[in-house]
Amino acid sequence: MPSTTAMGDAAGMQLVEYRNAATLKHLPTRNGFGEGLIEAGALDENVVGICADLSESTRMEGFKKAHPRQYFEIGVSEQMLVAMAGGLAACGKIPWIASYAMFNPGRSWEQVRTIMALNETNVKIAGAHAGVSVGPDGATHQAIEDIAIMRVIPHMTVVVPCDAVQTKKATLLLSQTRGPAYLRFAREKSAIVTTEATPFALGKAQVFRDGNDVAIVACGILVYNALVAADELEREDGIACRVVNNHTVKPMDGDAIVDAARGCGAIVTVEEHQVHGGMGSAVAEIVARRHPVPIEFVGVNDTFGQSGDPAELIEHYGMGTTAIKDAARRALRRKT
Amino acid sequence: MPLTAQRITDLELHANDVRQGIIRALAAAGSGHSAGPLDMADIFAALYFHVLRHDPKNPEWPQRDRLLLSCGHITPVRYSAMAYAGYFPVEELLTLRKFGTRLQGHPERVRLPGVETTSGPLGEGLAQGVGMALAAKADGKSWRVYVVTSDAEHQCGLHWEAMLTGAKFRLDNLINIIDRNVIQIDGSTEDIMPLEPLADKYRAFNWEVFECDGNDVGSFVDAVERAQKVAGKPSVIVAHTVPGKGVSYMEGDYTWHGKPPNAQQAGEALRELAVQRERILAHA
Repeated sequence: MPSTTAMGDAAGMQLVEYRNAATLKHLPTRNGFGEGLIEAGALDENVVGICADLSESTRMEGFKKAHPRQYFEIGVSEQMLVAMAGGLAACGKIPWIASYAMFNPGRSWEQVRTIMALNETNVKIAGAHAGVSVGPDGATHQAIEDIAIMRVIPHMTVVVPCDAVQTKKATLLLSQTRGPAYLRFAREKSAIVTTEATPFALGKAQVFRDGNDVAIVACGILVYNALVAADELEREDGIACRVVNNHTVKPMDGDAIVDAARGCGAIVTVEEHQVHGGMGSAVAEIVARRHPVPIEFVGVNDTFGQSGDPAELIEHYGMGTTAIKDAARRALRRKT
Repeated sequence: MPLTAQRITDLELHANDVRQGIIRALAAAGSGHSAGPLDMADIFAALYFHVLRHDPKNPEWPQRDRLLLSCGHITPVRYSAMAYAGYFPVEELLTLRKFGTRLQGHPERVRLPGVETTSGPLGEGLAQGVGMALAAKADGKSWRVYVVTSDAEHQCGLHWEAMLTGAKFRLDNLINIIDRNVIQIDGSTEDIMPLEPLADKYRAFNWEVFECDGNDVGSFVDAVERAQKVAGKPSVIVAHTVPGKGVSYMEGDYTWHGKPPNAQQAGEALRELAVQRERILAHA
């Protein structure tokens, strides 16, 4: 149900009533990938799926059932995943390759660079179980460097959608957009804040909440935390936060970032990823060049994760709502 | 069907051209690999002038056979064969490795139509060939995928993932040609990281194995024709070659793996190749 009137809501975004806990729904972003892939495969029979022994948890299983002739299982071999997809793409296929982000692109980076990107092939990586919110599996399975290693590669599109509904849209749109791409999503259920009616375009950041004191620029499932933090800052301190859903990390919407810098004078970036080299770093590259303002970075600070519940890990590594609010207050104090 | 004596002579002359092109390109570049390109000249001549279904004037022809060069460092042999086959002017070989060239030190698909894929990082070609062969099967196409691999890149893990996968999907439209010259940068493959028994390893992975003299066009073409008849599994041709073949001072010497001849050495090599050319014609 699109919201109509609430504090700070941006026009045209058609979000759900995310402030109403009773009606808020939660689904894993990976579900959106699974649904989008089934639809993409029906729209174009050249869309093929290849999985490295994780079809259920990456949500490729539905595609396997719906389009068995378009599906290939190759076992635990992530470098093969990329290389074989490169061969298929060279012959007109649109391969989606699925594993955990830690293994692909984590293990396969050089194949991604050489075969996918330097060749400019039409391969799409589905990076599942990204972030510390994978939880109990621990540090070995928590990809928190993947945005950095993907965004540094020329030609690569990098998308980190904010919820399951948006992940489905991203899957469909990337399937129809030529070129190598990385789609990142998470394991745990997370709040659904967008609706079918919410617009979505690659490279077009979205203002989910208006405000001119400080801009919170977020991506992935932490966009919801950013919205909650923004409301609390308004209630507690009378701070008007803008919240930007910066889902396309590359090519980034530089104009939206400059608007945020100019309109608010201070920025907080929020991502479930290392601060080093992530979405926030890309924001800083734009802000430093085009409209310098203070930036605070919310993310993992040069350390590895560990086992635990997703929520407690998000808190422990400084990405909960309290950490976002603290960062916003720091950024405000630095404004000139 | 065995090649006629005339056909063998033709292919040997093409191989001689390809070797001359390699020497000229490497000498002009001042860097690059010598031994591998020279030892694969006979095979590349046979591929481009006899085996492959292709159209030099239409490199993207959808029905073409795909030839992937996995060991991208020996690309001078491919460039030379492509030039003599008519993909681009032979003089362009002299731009090898120079700024702005289409003939990059390691081949790039986007820069030069016809090279099928970018290569250089080892162990990746067979895996991409598996993907292409799978695409052909999925779409009911009759074209084949040929992959040229070096022996030393069998030390890469990904190559063995590709061997598993090729067998799983029963890709009888896939033929892997191994340049078994037994050298790598640091010495003999059998000293650095032994590969033998290489043929048995392929058999254990459920591949059909053929062996040939990679410096004998008749022997190679015979192996290819037998591999083309295999049904239900991929084939490998272990082509035994002499590193640096055709230039006596390079033959069998692993130190020529990764360096080019200087001007004087190139002159000597070209004179030797001219003599060989006369000999081929004399026997024709």
